[in-house]
Amino acid sequence: MTGPVDQPRRLTRDEVAHVAALARLELSEEELELFTGQLAEIIEHVADVAELDLAGVEPTVHAVEMTNVLRPDQVRPCLDREEVLAEAPSVEDHRFKVPRILGEAP
Amino acid sequence: MRAGWELVVGLEVHCELETATKLFCGCPNAFGKEPNTNVCPVCLGLPGSLPVVNRQAVELAMAIGTALACEIRPSTFHRKNYFYPDQAKDYQISQYDQPINVAGHLELPDGSRVGIERAHLEEDTGKTTHAGATGRIHGADYSLVDYNRSGVPLVEIVSAPDIRSAAQARAYVSELRAVLVASGASDGKMEEGSMRVDANVSVRSGPDADFGTRCEIKNLNSVRSVGRAIEFEADRQITLIESGEPVVQQTRHWDEDAGRTVALRSKEEAYDYRYFLEPDLVPLAPDDGWVEAVADLLGPLPAARRKQLIGLLGGEEALSASQADQVATVVELGLDGLTLAAAAAGVPVSLALNRTANEAATDAAAARRLESGSFASLLALEAAGSLTATQAKAVLSELLVEGGGDPATIAAARGFESLSHASLASVVDEVAAAHPSEWERYRTGDDEDVKKLTGYLTGQVMRATGGKADGKAVAIELQRRRG
Repeated sequence: MTGPVDQPRRLTRDEVAHVAALARLELSEEELELFTGQLAEIIEHVADVAELDLAGVEPTVHAVEMTNVLRPDQVRPCLDREEVLAEAPSVEDHRFKVPRILGEAP
Repeated sequence: MRAGWELVVGLEVHCELETATKLFCGCPNAFGKEPNTNVCPVCLGLPGSLPVVNRQAVELAMAIGTALACEIRPSTFHRKNYFYPDQAKDYQISQYDQPINVAGHLELPDGSRVGIERAHLEEDTGKTTHAGATGRIHGADYSLVDYNRSGVPLVEIVSAPDIRSAAQARAYVSELRAVLVASGASDGKMEEGSMRVDANVSVRSGPDADFGTRCEIKNLNSVRSVGRAIEFEADRQITLIESGEPVVQQTRHWDEDAGRTVALRSKEEAYDYRYFLEPDLVPLAPDDGWVEAVADLLGPLPAARRKQLIGLLGGEEALSASQADQVATVVELGLDGLTLAAAAAGVPVSLALNRTANEAATDAAAARRLESGSFASLLALEAAGSLTATQAKAVLSELLVEGGGDPATIAAARGFESLSHASLASVVDEVAAAHPSEWERYRTGDDEDVKKLTGYLTGQVMRATGGKADGKAVAIELQRRRG
């Protein structure tokens, strides 16, 4: 990216409500107001970086500068099924029983 | 395709990789096991568990990229967030804006070329079963989840919208399957879901027109259903447009039994996945040495292998239509090594191809494990006349079941020995004597009778000899008696 970067517009209350809905968070009117302000401030703080001339700087993908952390393709022991299913709220036929799903998998 | 319209198709193929373990944990990557037995804290998304990438999965993805002439690039993993119980973590780890393979292509047997936009790594989801009155999603009371498949490594191969007919789409899927099997990445079993196809379909008035609105068709579980679904969908869209209605961008489900696509959800309710970089994984950055080492392990690809077989059969011009099909089949199933080994041992190529395409191919998985030397020496026995076709087939099926062995020993253990000419002649005499009216009709009847009774009498001879007679020799002997 070259040249000056436009000042980002402020985060809206509708956007916060949308993200909350996607995360299945139920927010009261007061919380929505509070978080919109707080989140907007955080984003604006991070946006300070836009004032720097970053031409030619590679984006940082990870805080640790490592690549190719891999393991050999070797089987390791699994968990005991009864132990696993004992933790589930509901089980049927050795499967996790979950509430009715609306719609197909994304 | 209706006149005045052009079809535009892009295909997304999910391919399960043939690794021993899952993508991010050491649980076995195995199909058909007892539910929830191949699970651990990582693939169950338990708190505190951390993913570590499987080297073999990366190398198979690179092999696929190499086979599809892709550029193999540094890549990263993202979290694709959504709430659906097929992932216990509530996100799927996938490659997003920096996939490992980009910008490749696949050349089809007819010479056409389909672009490959990307082929990226991601993890598979668990299997949900909808329980209740109907067994389907609508009307289900609850769902049951098995996480054995959750975390199995996948490569998703996304083609460019370069496909222009249902036949070309079928050819693409067949060729891609052959390439995936050849690269050692996949077993190619569409029926077991190890290769799954989604099709993006649209229509337009001609090659220069803008692309039309597309629909994504899911649940294509065979090469045949890929072709059928695309034809149905194109027709549906053209009918809509011609009657002045818009095509709505949506995901549709292919109903194989009903032979139609049905709407699942429209773009308005499309998911917002909030992708972000997976903080628990660092980037992959294969250097040239690694990329070359993987490429060196890659054997010849299907196109080159078909060419080699066709060359042995005397070239394209000498090839019959059925031989062309056989060549395509054995290469697609990865069995051409058997044909070549038999040919190299001096067996006529057409016989080697027949036994590979017609018999060995019936259990391709077993045939791929079969030592090519056993296959070659069996066919050498048949070619020399020491075993009849029927006997050779019986020995072959035992070789496939047992996973190998010495053909001569198996033949001897079964008491197979070819009938001498003299004893065959006497068996034919006995059969003639035992079935006088059939014999008479065979000798004096019209073509229809002769055809029918040749089959009948051959069967009687085979029965009398316990299958030891050679079919060809019987045919000659019977023919001689009419002459």
